[in-house]
Amino acid sequence: MKKWKNVWRILPIFLLLLLLTGCGETNLTALDPKGPQSQWIFDNMLLSLYVMAFVTIVVFAIYFIILAKFRRAPGDDEIPKQVEGNHKLEILWTVIPILLLAILAVPTITGTFLLADTEPEGDHTVEVKVTGHQFWWQFDYEDEGFTAGQDLYIPVGEKVLFELHASDVVHSFWVPALGGKVDTVPGITNHMWLEADEPGVYKGKCAELCGPAHALMDFKVIAVERDEYDAWVASMQEEPQEPTEVVAQQGREVFEENGCIGCHAIGGTGTAAGPALTNFGEREVVAGYLDFTDENIEAWIRDPQSLKQGNNMPAYPQLSDEEMTSLVEYLKSLTVLE
Amino acid sequence: MSTTTKSKSVLWDWLTTVDHKKIGVMYLIAGTLFFVKAGVMALFMRIQLMYPEMNFLSGQTFNEFITMHGTIMLFLAATPLLFAFMNFIVPLQIGARDVAFPFVNALGFWIFFFGGFLLSLSWFFGGGPDAGWTAYVPLSSRDYAGLGLDFYVLGLQVSGIGTLVSAINFLVTIVNMRAPGMTMMRLPLFVWTTFISSTLILFAFTPLAAGLALLMLDRLFEAQYFITDMGGNVVLWQHIFWIFGHPEVYILVLPAFGIISEVIPAFSRKRLFGYTAMVFATMLIAFLGFMVWAHHMFTVGMGPIANSIFAIATMTIAVPTGIKVFNWLFTMWGGKITFNTAMLFASSFVPTFVLGGVTGVMLAMAPVDHLYHDTYFVVAHFHYIIVGGIVLALFAGVFYWYPKMFGHKLNEGLGKLFFWVFFIGFHLTFFVQHLLGLMGMPRRVYTFLGDQGLDTFNFISTIGTFFMSAAIIILVINVIYSAFKGERVGADPWDARTLEWATAHPLPEYNFAQTPQVRSLDPLFYEKIHGDGKMKPAEPLQDIHMPNGSILPFIMSVGLFISGFGFIMFNMENPILPPIVVAVGGLAITFICMIVRSVKEDHGYHIPVEEIKAKEVN
Ligand code: HEM
Ligand SMILES: [Cu+2]
Repeated sequence: MKKWKNVWRILPIFLLLLLLTGCGETNLTALDPKGPQSQWIFDNMLLSLYVMAFVTIVVFAIYFIILAKFRRAPGDDEIPKQVEGNHKLEILWTVIPILLLAILAVPTITGTFLLADTEPEGDHTVEVKVTGHQFWWQFDYEDEGFTAGQDLYIPVGEKVLFELHASDVVHSFWVPALGGKVDTVPGITNHMWLEADEPGVYKGKCAELCGPAHALMDFKVIAVERDEYDAWVASMQEEPQEPTEVVAQQGREVFEENGCIGCHAIGGTGTAAGPALTNFGEREVVAGYLDFTDENIEAWIRDPQSLKQGNNMPAYPQLSDEEMTSLVEYLKSLTVLE
Repeated sequence: MSTTTKSKSVLWDWLTTVDHKKIGVMYLIAGTLFFVKAGVMALFMRIQLMYPEMNFLSGQTFNEFITMHGTIMLFLAATPLLFAFMNFIVPLQIGARDVAFPFVNALGFWIFFFGGFLLSLSWFFGGGPDAGWTAYVPLSSRDYAGLGLDFYVLGLQVSGIGTLVSAINFLVTIVNMRAPGMTMMRLPLFVWTTFISSTLILFAFTPLAAGLALLMLDRLFEAQYFITDMGGNVVLWQHIFWIFGHPEVYILVLPAFGIISEVIPAFSRKRLFGYTAMVFATMLIAFLGFMVWAHHMFTVGMGPIANSIFAIATMTIAVPTGIKVFNWLFTMWGGKITFNTAMLFASSFVPTFVLGGVTGVMLAMAPVDHLYHDTYFVVAHFHYIIVGGIVLALFAGVFYWYPKMFGHKLNEGLGKLFFWVFFIGFHLTFFVQHLLGLMGMPRRVYTFLGDQGLDTFNFISTIGTFFMSAAIIILVINVIYSAFKGERVGADPWDARTLEWATAHPLPEYNFAQTPQVRSLDPLFYEKIHGDGKMKPAEPLQDIHMPNGSILPFIMSVGLFISGFGFIMFNMENPILPPIVVAVGGLAITFICMIVRSVKEDHGYHIPVEEIKAKEVN
């Protein structure tokens, strides 16, 4: 009961209260912007909200006055005055909305160009090629010469440029806490930029219906300080290291014998049908959304369909427990950071 | 001649009828069935989204549900329910005996019905369409979507023909069949909005038909309009779709505005404030509705110049819409308002619709739309327009016109209960969805993960859906209860203002024994004040010429249905018959009926004066 009461109190004040306290999980919600683009969007969302709140209040006020004043009493058969219209009033409620819209039109136009401004800043601007696949994301650091899957590393405080592609159907690349979304469209190259103010892990989502597992097409943006970013880039560029432990070495054989390597590159650029696993050991989640545990990795490999309906990875139920254990060990050993 | 129809069975009577009133009732029943079907799907979807990571529906099933829910609601529920009123009320409101082409009117209904039936058959052939009601390629192309999408393409193609045919009929009826003195600027607003909405159908359903034809060629015959690898363009589909899709929303909402503009004056006992402004605002909205389709595509990469232009164009729609809102408010202002169920729905429409409208302006800000687009904010926005606007107006219309259609009122107590449960449920469901969207919940997701801050509002939203479902059950109870116990009323139970209330009671098949002479806007009200409360006849009492019923519309529609099914069979694994035979065979049935219709002379029949006199007495 208590909970319900609170909800009722929150509802009428709509955003105002919620916005101030910040609502939803930090690093997902757009109500707690963490970058200049999302900040701009948030500010102008508030601006339009204020203007529209004004309109709403006027309408509601008139409406409630009507409710209070103009009820017909039982038995009252008088016919009220038949008013044709009123030119002054009608001009008034034509002109005022036009003025209000003019207030919104200005940021609309400037903002459209702001979001479309994908000029590099300086010669070390990070550019990433993003490709949407059913149901995962590929990140090509083309200038640096390597590919990452699912986790997108970016330096803090810099405008990062993205080139957006789709390999199968339309997807939409969205990191709510950092900025607006842009679609990845087959046959078309789109551009956008994002910037993070502070280090952290930001949640990203696919926002365009792309098949049965659309809901699970999540990814992460990991914003780190510039030197940390440089270090990450350097080790991503290196040849993948031989696993040191015996179990992991066996796992590597399992990986190669079962054809995993056919879809999942480790090191290098470009990728085949599945996400690159170069730094898989550093993931927080498996397949974009499952907790990073041995059980989940195993469950995924044995039966990916049941976890992400309609995805393109074959199942491996035939692996023995022993093979699976070593495979999981190997996958976890794939790290590039110290 | 006149008594021959009496001997046939009731079923035959309904299958062959060309009476606009019966067709109106058939639209009402068919629309309600589809509404309930799509509503149950919505309920199931919300149950799936009640808790994080629920396993009630799978991703695939959920996608089939969103697609069918959206498609059915728009094409097979909202449109026919509005058509029900247009059919029943418009001829009455303009003082006509029927629509211009009664045969075509029946044809429109049956084609729509069999198109919808074809779409619904998809469940029995391996699942419904699953690419969303927008059917964006490539997700809807043969590589990614199964047979269900062929049912979508052909089902909509067929039912679209029905809609188009009916719209043309309304246009001709309104231009040609008005009673003497009923000038265009004396048309009731509901007739005006029917007229404008029919014009929109004419211009919007044609691109849809073209788009569906291209998609069909892609899917069935390996054309390459939308396949990128072969030089096709996937954004082309989005443009074609939204050139239809955006006006579609206005096709639905303008008649809803019309209903509101009838109910509010009736129960405020005042004429509509700013009638002329209302008419021109409607036209302006319709016109602008065609210019803004690309605001659904701000994130698709059209570039900043196109985005700016479409953004500003979209915002301007708020101006004529605002004019309408204030005119409604000032119609009530100074009135003597009766808050019965119809008026509760009609008056609560105004603020509710405004809430949907203001979020529309927010969405129009293209750069900020990069946040809203494809999130629950949009889901909330369009349900505020569609449920908070169109459905509230439909319910207002049901309670208002029910006595005219069925001879008795719906129970007021149950009606008010229904209103409150529905209204509260509606806001519970959709208000919090604005927040969900801003908090990072994309739309069309079959599940969401826990610990993302999305749990509470999703739960509240689902509870709201339970309220709405309960409300619909109350409405059904009301309909059944009132059929037995409802207050039997005369021809003009609300002391209303427009011509449909000036007919005899019960409503005879010819509507008006003598075509009325219209002397003013709100003609019946005018006669109540300045005359004896009855319409003056514009012609002497004479035999009335009526069209005969015909089974041909039904058979023609069955032909189209068979043909549509035949086309779908091109994609089936082991069709029992060669698809081409079925596709062409179905069309042949339709064409043969057309030939029969052209060759066979049918002069209709006459109702003699004595029979009319006998009816007009009571
Ligand atoms: C009455 C209660 C209703 C409920 C609870 C409801 C619920 C829903 C839900 C859960 C969705 C899926 C949202 C998503 O995209 O993730 C949806 C989508 C939709 N609804 Fe409703 N809805 C209702 C009524 C209506 C009505 C009356 C209409 C139209 C006349 C309508 C039209 C649509 C459309 C067009 C979509 C989008 C489908 C798509 O994305 O392909 N809804 N609704
Ligand atoms: Cu996707």
